[in-house]
Amino acid sequence: MAAHDTNKVDTVTGMSTTGHEWDGIQELNTPLPRWWLWLFYICIVWGIGYVIAYPAWPLVSSYTKGVLGYASRDQIETDMASLKVQRGDMVAKMESASLADIEKDPKMLEVARALGKAAFGTNCGPCHGQGAQGGPSYPNLNDDQWIWGGSLDQIYQTIQYGIRNENPESRQGPMPAFGKDGIIPKADIPIVAAYVVTLSGRKPEGNVDLAKGQKLFAENCASCHGDAGKGNPEVGAPNLTSNIWLYGGDEKTIIETVTNGRGGVMPVWAGRLEPATIKALAVYVHTLGGGQ
Amino acid sequence: MSSAEVPQAPHDDDIPLYEARKEIYPQAVHGRFRTAKWIILCITLGVYYFLPFVRWYRGPNAPDQAVLIDLPNRRFYFFFIEIWPQELYYVTGLLVLAALILFLMNAVAGRVWCGYLCPQTVWTDLFYAVERMIEGDRRERMQKAERGRWDLERIAEKILKHTIWLMIAWWTGGAWVLYFADAPTLVHELVTFQAPVVAYVWIAILTFTTYSLAGWMREQVCLYMCPWPRIQAALTDEYALNVMYRYDRGEPRMSAKKAEAARKADESAGDCVDCFQCVAVCPTGVDIRNGSQLGCIQCGLCIDACDNVMAKLGRPGGLIAYDTDDNAERREHHEEPVYRIIRARTVIYTVLIALVGAVMLYAFTSRNNVGISALHDRNPLFVKLADGAIRNAYTIRVTNKSLDTRPFRLEVIGLKEPKFDVIGVPQTGATSTLLEVGPDQTRELRVLVTLPKALIRDEKADVSFRLTDIVDGSSAIVRDHFFAPEGDYHSQQDGHHGQ
Repeated sequence: MAAHDTNKVDTVTGMSTTGHEWDGIQELNTPLPRWWLWLFYICIVWGIGYVIAYPAWPLVSSYTKGVLGYASRDQIETDMASLKVQRGDMVAKMESASLADIEKDPKMLEVARALGKAAFGTNCGPCHGQGAQGGPSYPNLNDDQWIWGGSLDQIYQTIQYGIRNENPESRQGPMPAFGKDGIIPKADIPIVAAYVVTLSGRKPEGNVDLAKGQKLFAENCASCHGDAGKGNPEVGAPNLTSNIWLYGGDEKTIIETVTNGRGGVMPVWAGRLEPATIKALAVYVHTLGGGQ
Repeated sequence: MSSAEVPQAPHDDDIPLYEARKEIYPQAVHGRFRTAKWIILCITLGVYYFLPFVRWYRGPNAPDQAVLIDLPNRRFYFFFIEIWPQELYYVTGLLVLAALILFLMNAVAGRVWCGYLCPQTVWTDLFYAVERMIEGDRRERMQKAERGRWDLERIAEKILKHTIWLMIAWWTGGAWVLYFADAPTLVHELVTFQAPVVAYVWIAILTFTTYSLAGWMREQVCLYMCPWPRIQAALTDEYALNVMYRYDRGEPRMSAKKAEAARKADESAGDCVDCFQCVAVCPTGVDIRNGSQLGCIQCGLCIDACDNVMAKLGRPGGLIAYDTDDNAERREHHEEPVYRIIRARTVIYTVLIALVGAVMLYAFTSRNNVGISALHDRNPLFVKLADGAIRNAYTIRVTNKSLDTRPFRLEVIGLKEPKFDVIGVPQTGATSTLLEVGPDQTRELRVLVTLPKALIRDEKADVSFRLTDIVDGSSAIVRDHFFAPEGDYHSQQDGHHGQ
């Protein structure tokens, strides 16, 4: 900085310069309008007002609340309340309608499926998977095999009261631990397991006395799974003749199941979810594809 | 700042970083360009203020407002066109066209947009007209401002002026909200105070912006806030017509008498008499004689002012005119001026405009009233059923853009003997089903496609869904896949696979 002549004029542009010069480069004088400066001051005043009006400063264990008392949590609650009001008519309609009627009415079906999908993702997805695809020991709800029945009413009952829990209304009836409790001698378990494999049209490994297996099955298993192994939804005994296995259909897993028993549980949802939500869930699960 | 190294630095060497606003008092002017601006002002504001009231009958299931942005129902109506949210690319196309047209305007005749069409220019022009009507023309306003006396008359004038300004601004905001709802209904609701709060809020916002931008900010918007002057400076060239002072004819400036004497004595004399009329009428307060500049919005009012002066002096008009830098130079070298409208850039812009326009026209004329989209279930990708069959599930959304309830046929094609189910819709055919979709609506369907184990040919097969409008026969197809578990299908089928 050498020259400080404030009246210096740039010859090319004809504009006055600020008088500042760096290695021969001069700065043209292009001042901002004063109102721009005022905008800056207005922003500062606005900022101070904002800090007073709204939550702003973090304190050690809380924060300054602001004189307007605004909280984003309140806003969510307001939004949720207005959503509830918006859904009110449809929810009331669904509460009074029968499950079959909900499925027959295109508009109610659409709402029930949307509502059910959201509720499923939050409440059911952790075990059954977001797409109800299930997994080992958690049933796939898309297929057409139902342990406790796949009609609308059976699904509704299962969702309301769950499976093998303390609620007296819940589905009861575990698979006993035939091996561990000594009901079937340990040596016979592979024989009955081999017979179970043949029920679904497959060949067991090794050479086993299938006649003995059939006898063992009739004595121990048929009371729940049926003589032909077709299962019984009343007691939650799965169909053993199909391609679908909850815990695995290979011989080794079947031996394990017969030895130790099975007793998957599901919680009670009645009382935890709104009645209309449970209905929507039943319709959603029923319309995934496997409903009966 | 000052230190031992620069002892000569005076203590007041810093000039202010902010400058006070230079008040301008544009003078009224009459002439060709002023008339053109009045006509354009009437047309543009007329369209803006009255378009929401134009009716356009579409049928019983659609609004009858010619131009309507229906936000709650996500529709945009423009006369015979109805745009759905997923068709917003038409708007993108329009924006591209608008930008290209702006470029073309600039290549042909500079800032035509700024001078005649920009809302800032149009509303500011209207507000200046009000100001002139109440407070008088340039001279009177300057005198009143200089005198600074606040007598009753001046207070009354100010109150009247701001009231009219606010009324115009309020009407501007009022017209804006009418584009978003049925205009006559909303007007009735507004005057009976039944309208939604958001309508009043938007009216208030636009009243404020119109009043402050057109009444107070005026040329400051062009000088400091708008990016277009900066962009157009990069887009212009020496052949673009711009409002310019023909310095080759105007210089040297001298009074009319001196010029006459000089001409008699055969000495060189310019036509510019330094009357400053061009500066007095300028709405941004620039002196066009300094050449093209950022502040000049090229409205042509200085042309009118100068032509009027030249006519009084008996000299030919056009001392300030739409001309090119190139021509000024050519005249100085005693060459004929040339006007080159057809240049590389104008041709390129025109071709691009035609191209984008043609693509949009094609997209628009070939668009269908029927739409279908499919979303394959991701989790699970397929479901194994008890009998070993494989099922795939799809969420299919069908769209009926026509304005009446219509029957449609939805069918699955591309698979051999699939089982086809649509949840909640009674089956009407083996691989197809009939369903209804309401006017101007979409319907989401859960669709199940099942293949017996024996018919599965591949882990991933092509499948399509076709939606046919039973009424007019138009159809839409969406392609998807049918997935099956990993398996050795090829050897199982003994070479039957192959299509």
